[in-house]
Amino acid sequence: MFYRENGQFKTTYRADQQIFPIAQDRWAVLLLIAAAFIVVPMLSSGYMFRAILIPFLIMSLAALGVNILVGYCGQISLGSGAFMAVGAYAAFNFFVRVPGMPLLLALILGGLCASAFGILFGLPSLRVKGLYLAVATLAAQFFSDWMFLRIKWFTNDAPSGSVSVAGLQVFGIPIESPTSKYLFCLTILVVLALLAKNLVRSAVGREWMAIRDMDVAAAVIGIRPMYAKLSAFAVSSFIIGVAGALWGFVYLSAWEPAAFSVDLSFKLLFMVIIGGMGSIMGSFFGAAFIVILPIFLNQFLPFLGRAVGVPISTVVTSHAELIVFGSLIVWFLIVEPHGLAKLWSIGKQKLRLWPFPH
Amino acid sequence: MAFFLETLLGGLMAGMLYSLVALGFVLIYKASGVFNFAQGAMVLFAALAMARFSEWIPGWTGIDNRIAVNLAAFLLAGMVMFVVAWLIERLALRHLVNQEGTTLLMATLGIGYFLDGIGQTLFGSNIYEINIGMPKDPMLAFESVFEGGILINKEDLYAALIAAVLVAMLSLFFQKTSTGRALRAVADDHQAAQSIGIPLNRIWFIVWCVAGVVALVAGVIWGSKLGVQFSLTTVALRALPVVILGGLTSVPGAIIGGLIIGVGEKMSEVFVGPYVGGGIEIWFAYVLALVFLLFRPQGLFGEKIIDRV
Repeated sequence: MFYRENGQFKTTYRADQQIFPIAQDRWAVLLLIAAAFIVVPMLSSGYMFRAILIPFLIMSLAALGVNILVGYCGQISLGSGAFMAVGAYAAFNFFVRVPGMPLLLALILGGLCASAFGILFGLPSLRVKGLYLAVATLAAQFFSDWMFLRIKWFTNDAPSGSVSVAGLQVFGIPIESPTSKYLFCLTILVVLALLAKNLVRSAVGREWMAIRDMDVAAAVIGIRPMYAKLSAFAVSSFIIGVAGALWGFVYLSAWEPAAFSVDLSFKLLFMVIIGGMGSIMGSFFGAAFIVILPIFLNQFLPFLGRAVGVPISTVVTSHAELIVFGSLIVWFLIVEPHGLAKLWSIGKQKLRLWPFPH
Repeated sequence: MAFFLETLLGGLMAGMLYSLVALGFVLIYKASGVFNFAQGAMVLFAALAMARFSEWIPGWTGIDNRIAVNLAAFLLAGMVMFVVAWLIERLALRHLVNQEGTTLLMATLGIGYFLDGIGQTLFGSNIYEINIGMPKDPMLAFESVFEGGILINKEDLYAALIAAVLVAMLSLFFQKTSTGRALRAVADDHQAAQSIGIPLNRIWFIVWCVAGVVALVAGVIWGSKLGVQFSLTTVALRALPVVILGGLTSVPGAIIGGLIIGVGEKMSEVFVGPYVGGGIEIWFAYVLALVFLLFRPQGLFGEKIIDRV
């Protein structure tokens, strides 16, 4: 009843081809964006911004990028952390070395560098796929780990190996307070998410999905695998690179290569699996899940331990985190391979008939 | 010349150990079509079990003979690995029959995380020692041939020997027994194997048991060399390019790939490393494998897969 699209007639192609053709979707997204921009900053505390909201936004952006590659184009990647690192370090170099470099331009240039890096390490995908590719992308990860640790030029010859940025501002507005950081990340996320949403339903997006479903068949009907795969690598690494730059600039503000380790790559893949492969919405769910779960476990397990009378140390919590992550991955793959996004769409389907099922 | 040979030998020894871990990957892939990312976690889990059991057994039983204790710990750890294999089959893989390779890959990632967590919860997360009495002191060889001789680590020599025996036994098992044949049939096509009456569940259980034992052996050898700690899982990540280089389905490929990677790593570190700031052994193997993939996607001995629409 709440989600019934009967009677919403489209009389022009324009109306039919909107990003959100169903009125309820359109309103829900608009409301959501408005709430994120207006209501959330009024209600949240500094801790909420720093610990949950800002990491959630940036991780959503990164998960979005990974989802384009893994979910839409079917190229399993375990090197996403490397693309984030390249984005962060490239943006850092542009920002520090070029005097008067605007922040936004530095972010975009960082994303473009990540894009180039992604295409380079995406080249093997033309020859190999699936399992072999997953391992091949690890090469990107280890190479970038080494590159940013050992080649001093990338860190602007910082003796400690860690780099930092300060004095962020966009169009004269300083990005220093948690609220402004949040709004800045949110703006970038909304813009890129809408672009991505549009892209995956365009001709390019459909090519990606054809390649994902069966690349030989796709090649037979005239899709160029090279073009499709490399464009997926380029677009996804661009988004991941921008996310990486945001992660370094806005969230960490001082970082070292360990911040973008292979662990981060795995986490990004988990976000996509848990959130839902091949779904823009799913990236947000996955990121929220992975960001909030450790915080939840950190609060909940000691509480539970006190209730039962068993002291729970932080070591135990960190192990519990691994156990919960691991079992959740397997559980999701078995029970709901399409992730949380599928639950969401099942919910919408139910609302279509509610309260009068057939 | 002696220095070059020493580096070469060191590389070969390290490569043998890589092969041992790579073997775990190949075995599971060959026999069930699952690329097992949890192999590293299994190595850590097995090594942790072994280290802790050998610590606890004297307290439990009063036996103090090191050989007896180690043997008992090895058997117990082996049993634990069997239980792990059974649980993995029962709880995860049984529900994922006929799924795509990538889904199974991601499931093993989850299993790996789970094993990491549960292993450290059960056995503790400090650095432990495995002492199986391998001689630690290096020896000099070929003193008559080269000036100064070649320094060889006895420990490595024993490890290589154990690895060789294990590999030989496994190849026999795969080639000569009917179970081995059934395993290879399952790897080719789950559905087809099931339809001619091969019990998939039992086959998977056997495969994971074998992989568990290989992980245990690798864990014991690596663990007695480096100590048992979390970083042992990264050894498995280091062994991945070996599998790629050798081909996913080939046991000899794992061995030769391991040797190539081991030698390549040592050589590059010693002879190229100083010019680019060192530490290149972290990625050298990967980039080598990557470049190799561009020319021969199926690896050295892998089977060429032909896709049809």
